[in-house]
Amino acid sequence: MKPVDFDYVAPPVLEEAVAVLASAGEDGRVLAGGQSLIPLLNLRLVRPRLLVDLRRLTGLAGVRAAGDGVAIGAMTRQADAETAPLVRERAPLLAAALAHVGHPAIRFRGTVGGSLAHADPLAEVPAAALALDATLTLTGPDGVRRVAAEDFFQGFLATAAAPGEILTEIEIPACAGRGWAFVEFSRRHGDFALAGAAVVLALQDGRLGPASRIVVLGSADRCHRARAAEARLHGEPPTASVLDAAAAVADAGLEPASDVHGSAEYRRHLVRTMTARALGLAAARLAAP
Amino acid sequence: MSVTGGAAVAGRHAIAITVNDVPRRATVAARTSLLDCLREEWALTGTHAGCEHGVCGACTVLLDGRPARACLTLAVQADGARVTTIEGLAEGDRLHPVQEGFWECHGLQCGFCTPGMVLTAVHLLETNPAPTEIEIREALAGNLCMCTGYQNIVAAVAWAAARLRERSATP
Repeated sequence: MKPVDFDYVAPPVLEEAVAVLASAGEDGRVLAGGQSLIPLLNLRLVRPRLLVDLRRLTGLAGVRAAGDGVAIGAMTRQADAETAPLVRERAPLLAAALAHVGHPAIRFRGTVGGSLAHADPLAEVPAAALALDATLTLTGPDGVRRVAAEDFFQGFLATAAAPGEILTEIEIPACAGRGWAFVEFSRRHGDFALAGAAVVLALQDGRLGPASRIVVLGSADRCHRARAAEARLHGEPPTASVLDAAAAVADAGLEPASDVHGSAEYRRHLVRTMTARALGLAAARLAAP
Repeated sequence: MSVTGGAAVAGRHAIAITVNDVPRRATVAARTSLLDCLREEWALTGTHAGCEHGVCGACTVLLDGRPARACLTLAVQADGARVTTIEGLAEGDRLHPVQEGFWECHGLQCGFCTPGMVLTAVHLLETNPAPTEIEIREALAGNLCMCTGYQNIVAAVAWAAARLRERSATP
């Protein structure tokens, strides 16, 4: 339960962190809060030669208004983002999702950016980012670029970040007036979920518009937009039968595995059930803003 | 490659951490956890090494006032921080009210999980002086106990909450 030896730097400025990370190539890893990376190090599932700790980059921590939306620095601790008034007001879905991340002791250390960059398929923050149409800012040797959450998550623990690139900020556009919900099911409080759903409902002239999102987690190699279910919503009023029809196909295209925690059919059932619950909660928030 | 941040000498790093109000220094490998640093460099063995991958909560300490897994924190990450361990709670022979609660309510059997439980509870009561039973259970959910069945631990924290409120009411 001890990591293999590695080098460690904690650069005081971002440019230096990028340069050091880029020069290490595949052997370098970014250390943010460490709540996902350090277990992997302790179990020796990863063996980087160099860790580049972002802890001295204090400019990467904090929450600010971005238009009518909100921007969250990558090094913002999950507990701080969860309780930040701007996040609760402007991205309540993210605040709700953060409350499901591990336990308080994990969230005091774990960062918003770390969870996004780690891209665990069961993690809550990526699912919320995808449902909220977030944009992620990456800084690398070739400069700064912005990537839609949709394009950022590319597979199991895989993202669009190139070697040498550091995730610095996540921006969530305004979503006032929309219904939202995040629900998940786990065997034990604080554990990774067996299944979950992050839902945003957006009305346009009394009907559900194209900004409505259904993101499910737990049965794919990444958080997954349930497009077949979303299609059942578009252009329809947010009635119980419409929501039920969407939830009924929330598992379309998923191929969950059977394992000790549950059979494939059970996982499909959970995805549909979590989606149904999230849709119901989101619709209630639409009706009573 | 320019390497800065922390005085790195042949892969070892000089760190300074204030533990229970005592400034301490050590020179450690980057891979050394805060847990191992406390136990092996400074002989503070009250912080217990359980699962060492963040699941059990036995190694919970307060890092700059908030609970953290010492096994999921590298010692180099805590450079410059303030850490409170179980050794820092009592004042001489006078137990911290949370420790007293565990004593009064039989909140421990083997005692392995207790330091982590106590520090988690100390932080809970600092931020929420009158928690409900559900809030106590929620706060302690990341700390596993294989002996007690948790009933007496929850009772101990409620006892401590009442004692602390009593104390703050009588100056």
